[in-house]
Amino acid sequence: MEDFFRELAEEAPRWNFIWMYEERQQDKILSGIWMTIKLSVACVVLSVIIGIVGAWLQGARSRIVRAIVQGYIQFFRNTPPFVQLLFFYFALGQFTPVVTGDDGWTQYPIITNVGWAIISLSFFAGAFNVEIFRAGIEAVPNSTQEAAESLGFTRLQTYKEVVLPLAFRVSLPALNNNLVNLVKTTTQALALAVPELLYQSVTIWNDYPSAQYPTMLLVWVVYILLVGILVLGMHRWERGMRIPGYGT
Amino acid sequence: MKRLLSGIAALGVAFSSAAPALAECTNDVWNKMFERGKVVIGVKADYKPWGFRDTDGNLVGMEIDMAQDVADTLGLELELVPVQSSNRMQFLEQGKVDMFIATMSDRPDRREIVGIPLPPYYTSGTNVMAPKALGLTSWEDLRDKPVCGKQGAFYNKIVEERYGAQIIAFTGNAEAKQALRDRKCIAWVYDDSSIGSDLASGEWEEFEMPLASEDDNPWGLAVPLAEKECIFGQFMSGMQYNWHRDGTLIELEAKWGIKPTAFLAKENERYADWIKEE
Repeated sequence: MEDFFRELAEEAPRWNFIWMYEERQQDKILSGIWMTIKLSVACVVLSVIIGIVGAWLQGARSRIVRAIVQGYIQFFRNTPPFVQLLFFYFALGQFTPVVTGDDGWTQYPIITNVGWAIISLSFFAGAFNVEIFRAGIEAVPNSTQEAAESLGFTRLQTYKEVVLPLAFRVSLPALNNNLVNLVKTTTQALALAVPELLYQSVTIWNDYPSAQYPTMLLVWVVYILLVGILVLGMHRWERGMRIPGYGT
Repeated sequence: MKRLLSGIAALGVAFSSAAPALAECTNDVWNKMFERGKVVIGVKADYKPWGFRDTDGNLVGMEIDMAQDVADTLGLELELVPVQSSNRMQFLEQGKVDMFIATMSDRPDRREIVGIPLPPYYTSGTNVMAPKALGLTSWEDLRDKPVCGKQGAFYNKIVEERYGAQIIAFTGNAEAKQALRDRKCIAWVYDDSSIGSDLASGEWEEFEMPLASEDDNPWGLAVPLAEKECIFGQFMSGMQYNWHRDGTLIELEAKWGIKPTAFLAKENERYADWIKEE
C-alpha cells in the first residue's frame, strides 16, 4: 500500500499522497481529524445547551433577562464568526488569567486557543439555536401549556416536561441545519492556529506543494463523512422521537 | 480501492500534463494581458515594506514599485491583487493573477508548480524575533517551546524538524506578531529581512533578532509554469537582469528603508555593463 503511493507520487508529481506513506504527515492528518471531531462535538453539545437555556430564558417573566437574551442573540447572530474568533482570542484573551512559564516571559493563558474557539463557536451557533428553539416553542399550542399549568405544573416543569419535548420535535430539522453549519464553521478556528484538520492540511500542502490535490481531496472527503454521520444521527433521532399524529 | 486510487492518479496525470519547456509556446496568458490591456500582479499586503497597505489603504512597497515597472514596460494598466504565502501559487495556477511578486523563496518543489524565471531579485534567511528578556543565543533554545510562525513559510518545517520547536502557525503576519506581543510564544520565526525592518520601525523596542540567520534563500517572482520558457518568462528574466544591472533594486531598497544587502551589491557588480558609461 505504502509502496503504491510512493510510486504514484513519482509517476504523477501532483498526486503525492504523502500522508499515506510518511508517518510524520500521517500524524498531522490524524491529529487534525481528531481535533476537528473534538471541536465539533464540544461546540454541538454546548451550543444546544445554550439554545435550550436561552429559549427558556426568553420566556422569562423578568424583562431584564429577556433583554439580555435578546442582546446576546443580536450580538452573536449579526457578526461574522471569523471576527468573533479573532475578538475573543486576541481582545478578551488578554483579560483572562495566565500562568507564567519557567522562562519568566511566556504566558500560558488558562483558556487556550482551542478553548476560545469552542467558546466563541458555541456562542455563535447557540444564538441561532435559541431562535430555532423559540420557533419550536411557539409552535406548541397555548392550550397545551394552560392545560399543564392547570394540572399544577410549575413554569420550569411545564417547560421541561411538556413544552420542550414537543418543541424539540418541531425544532429538529432547523437545528439539524444549524449544527451542520457549525461543524463546517470549525474550520475557521484556523485563524487562531487551532491545529484542526484544515490547519494541518494547509501546513502539509505548503510544505509539500505536490501534496496539494490529494490533501484537498482528503479534507473534502473527511467533511462529507463527518457531516454525513451527524446528519444520519440527527435523522435517526428525529425518527425515533416521532409521535404519530403530531407535527410532521 | 486500489483501482479507484489509480483512477484518481490517472486523472491527475491528465490534469497536470502541462509539461514545461518541451511544450510549444502558446503564450496564452501573455496574449490575454494585451487583449484586456491590463496586467494582474499578485503582491503581499502584510509584508512591510515589500508589500503593505499605507494609511489610505493603498498597496505600496518595494515589490509594488517593481510591479509598476513591469506594467509600465509592458505599456499596460496595472491591477494589484493581494495574495498570501499560503495561496499565491494557487492564485497563479487558477489564473486569478497573471504573475506574482510576493516575497516567495525560490524552492525546488515550487518550481514544479509555478514558473520562476532567473535571476532571483532578492534573498533572505530565516531568523527569529524574540524578547530581549529571554536572551536567546542559539536555535537550540527553541526546542519544545511555542514559536509563532506564518502559514506557508517553508522554514516552519525545518525549524520544527531540526530544532524541535512547536510551531504555532497563523494565517497572517499581524496575528502572529500580536501573539508574540501577547506572550503566547517565545519567538516569531520569519524572514530576517522582514524582522530587520520591523525592529528598525521602532515599534519593537523590547525585542531583538538574536540568532545567526540560517537557510539563506533567494526570492523568485513567478509566471505561469507553461510560459516560463516562453515570452513571459524570458521577459521577466530580462526585467530582473536589468533591475540588478542598473541598480534599480538597490535604489528601491534605500527608498523603502531596507537594510542594504550584500546580495544586491554583489549582483549589481556581477551584471555590470562591461562598457563603462562616461
